[in-house]
Amino acid sequence: MKRWLPSLPLSFALLATWLLLNQSIAPAHLLLGSVLAVAAPLLARPLQPHGHARIRRPLALFRLLWMSAIEIVRSCVNVSSIILFRKAEGVNSQFIRVPLDLRSPHGLALLSCLINSTPGTVWVELLSDGKELLLHVFDLHDEQWWIDTIKTRYEQPIREVFEPDTLQGENP
Amino acid sequence: MSFAASLPWWAALPAATFLVLGGLITLIGAIGLLRLKDFYQRIHGPAITITLGAGCILIASMIYFTTQQSRPVIHELLISAFVLMSAPVVAMLIMRSAVYRDLRAGRASAITGGSNSQVPGNDKQP
Repeated sequence: MKRWLPSLPLSFALLATWLLLNQSIAPAHLLLGSVLAVAAPLLARPLQPHGHARIRRPLALFRLLWMSAIEIVRSCVNVSSIILFRKAEGVNSQFIRVPLDLRSPHGLALLSCLINSTPGTVWVELLSDGKELLLHVFDLHDEQWWIDTIKTRYEQPIREVFEPDTLQGENP
Repeated sequence: MSFAASLPWWAALPAATFLVLGGLITLIGAIGLLRLKDFYQRIHGPAITITLGAGCILIASMIYFTTQQSRPVIHELLISAFVLMSAPVVAMLIMRSAVYRDLRAGRASAITGGSNSQVPGNDKQP
């Protein structure tokens, strides 16, 4: 089972993608999609040095994605109003450093996608062996506020999803 | 005659609203590219376009084609998923190459804006 289906959620996602692409749930498409869903993860395994992501708390993941969607809409409104109504010279764009406790590579990938999807923040790189994150903020008011936001609203839930064991070890 | 003219009003209204909204947001993103001064500010412009702009247009497309074909048409979800997965990677690569270029050229002040002593990537320099 483990050998032929290394990651069940991944296989289901591939099958769903195939059915959505073809816009059909005819038996033929179900069959071909299932073959793809089994074969593609096996063929792509050498491309994944960290193995498949194990989502430990799916519910926390959905909560995080929903929260990010709201945050994206809010940031869109903020950035739009800055672009339209403020002088470009008055915008305080800065690099900030955020200390990170997150270690899981999949968690870091998710964090970078969420941060870059949110208008107004762009991920630059990881400093000092992944212990610090360099961010570029479009309009910086309060550096500490940004650090707290990233840590409590993004990093904490992501650690809950991917590495709940280390989280409980630190905060009893 | 195209189907758009005979679309029932309860579908035409939200579809048109989302189309106009998406178009406006995309336009604001483009204006941002035009107005903002340096590269590190301009990189934030397209982020609105790819998230909310593309999202609104795709929702409009879902409403329109679902009504037109009288069956759920939701494969636009795939487009948004792929955009949300690939666009951040591109933004990160462009950002890193810009920082690298400025550091190579010795323009650390371009990165910090000349006001802050924190030079990003300082501990990476040889």
